[in-house]
Amino acid sequence: MPHLSRAALTALVLATGFLALFPLWGDTFYIRFVTKIMVYALFAMSLDLLVGYAGLVSLGHAAFFGIAVYAVAGLVNKAGVTSAFVLLPAALGASAMAAAAIGWLSIRTSGVYFIMITLALAQMLFYFFNDQKYWGGTDGMNIDQRPTLALGDLTLLNFGSRLQLYYLALACLAGAFVLLAVLLRSPFGHALVGIRANEGRMRALGYDVQRVKLIAFVIAGTLAGLAGFLEAARSTFATPALLGWHESGHVLVLVILGGMGTLYGPVLGAFVVLLLEDYFATLTDRWLLIMGVFVIAVVMFLPDGLAGLFRRVASLARGRGRSAGDG
Amino acid sequence: MSLSYFLIQTLNGVQYGFLLFLVASGLTLVFGIMGVINLAHGAFYMVGAYLAWWFARATGSFVLAVLLALPITVLLGLLIERFGIRHLYARDHLHQVLFTYGLILILNEVQRVVFGNDVHGVAIPPLLAGSLPLTEAQSYPIYRLFISVACVAVAGALYLVIQRTRLGMVIRAGSTHREMVAALGFDIGRLFMVVFGLGVALAAFAGMIAAPVNTVYPGMGDQILIISFVVVVIGGIGSIKGAFVGAMLVGIADTYGRVLLPTGAGVVVYAVMALVLLWRPQGLFGRMA
Repeated sequence: MPHLSRAALTALVLATGFLALFPLWGDTFYIRFVTKIMVYALFAMSLDLLVGYAGLVSLGHAAFFGIAVYAVAGLVNKAGVTSAFVLLPAALGASAMAAAAIGWLSIRTSGVYFIMITLALAQMLFYFFNDQKYWGGTDGMNIDQRPTLALGDLTLLNFGSRLQLYYLALACLAGAFVLLAVLLRSPFGHALVGIRANEGRMRALGYDVQRVKLIAFVIAGTLAGLAGFLEAARSTFATPALLGWHESGHVLVLVILGGMGTLYGPVLGAFVVLLLEDYFATLTDRWLLIMGVFVIAVVMFLPDGLAGLFRRVASLARGRGRSAGDG
Repeated sequence: MSLSYFLIQTLNGVQYGFLLFLVASGLTLVFGIMGVINLAHGAFYMVGAYLAWWFARATGSFVLAVLLALPITVLLGLLIERFGIRHLYARDHLHQVLFTYGLILILNEVQRVVFGNDVHGVAIPPLLAGSLPLTEAQSYPIYRLFISVACVAVAGALYLVIQRTRLGMVIRAGSTHREMVAALGFDIGRLFMVVFGLGVALAAFAGMIAAPVNTVYPGMGDQILIISFVVVVIGGIGSIKGAFVGAMLVGIADTYGRVLLPTGAGVVVYAVMALVLLWRPQGLFGRMA
């Protein structure tokens, strides 16, 4: 966790307050849309733990998002289970197990190898769901019912209500932020960042480097699974594209545009990219073309993302002479 | 299943392996020498195939189509190198991944705008259209054999250029001692341009000669890219020899997977990759990073 300045902390509190109050005036469409954005923000934040802190560029992160959606779809449609008390642990468990298996294979390598292997293994899961009629094949499948959360006759949470789903997504997003911030301030977090900076030295200091990396990978995968659970509750639709590598690339764009290694950057990235995509889609059917140009422009001109831009602007505002030590 | 059936499947696997080798060797060459991970490699495969299809329809000659489409695709690749990828050599792999991901989005959309969403077949040149009888009932198409022969010819030429020419010597030196090569007065920028152009040419040529067998369709580049990654990971990044062994392994495993395990075919090659990684994390012929 970078040491948040007072200004950044204020901005975060204000942004959370804004999101909490937004449904007061936002119309139905935008409440639904912001719910979706928050789900993707959570998904992107989980990837930031790997890319931004552990230095592990995963190009297969969508697998853990998608497998949670399929876990919900399978239990609801094939077994008739709708209780979130079962669905949530199952979704998180499926993602965690997939992350443990893929992580175990891929963290033995680093750099470009890691990128290619995470991509390939995630694609294996993609084909698993894509090729089987049981899972609906390429078309995917509708999830017949939304999850339920009730104690006896008392409904604790109605997943069909757009407002309750909105606040659930917001709570998960804020909760994940706090969880990751605490984690990164713990000895584990320092070990993780230390490994990125100098793996050999951390090994010499007696850290079990592979284990730290694997734990980070599983935590990130499980949080992506939480996002997947929300996605299943939100969209009630499972499609193999959710696990595909375009999705993995897409979420990486959210992280980078927002600013990696900040936790709040990916949230910012999710808001900017999803709103822009929505806007481009109203302009032309060829909006992916514009997105491609946009992605390239970000890489070329904004390599530190929006968070980096803010830091630069902030340090400029504080006086040019002292800006060198900032960031 | 008869012996000739297995012979046909093995030939198919080898032919697919040769094709994968062309694509994967370009990928591994660009990475091994330039240190650039190029997700858009598969997009050049697609561009080559679509241009070949379009020119073949316009001119009526597949050979002429290849002769026209290849330089155009390479030129496109060189322009992208000059105005984009060149600025990313010193940057993190992460930025290379994102840049080339953006390129894929653009090239895939341009393909849809220009050529549409339909699947197109490409006619096999009349000279290579027949088949060779294996038994009374089964035969093997000549064109598939031609693909293997063409790939062997290209691979041989690649080997000769890299091992026997002055350019190849500089390329080999550049892959291990980049600064030293630059210090000796070679223009590394130009060397990288040549290597990138070579990589594009290999991918595009593979897309072209595969078109009469595999047709051309939207998204064809993504699929070949990921299989090429599997090949490169199995063989070891930067190793041409590894790319060859990996391509054959994947080609044959995939072909037999489709025959023996029709519902799990997509998963087979990835399982092979996982097994290799358990045994050798750096790939069969890779150097430990």
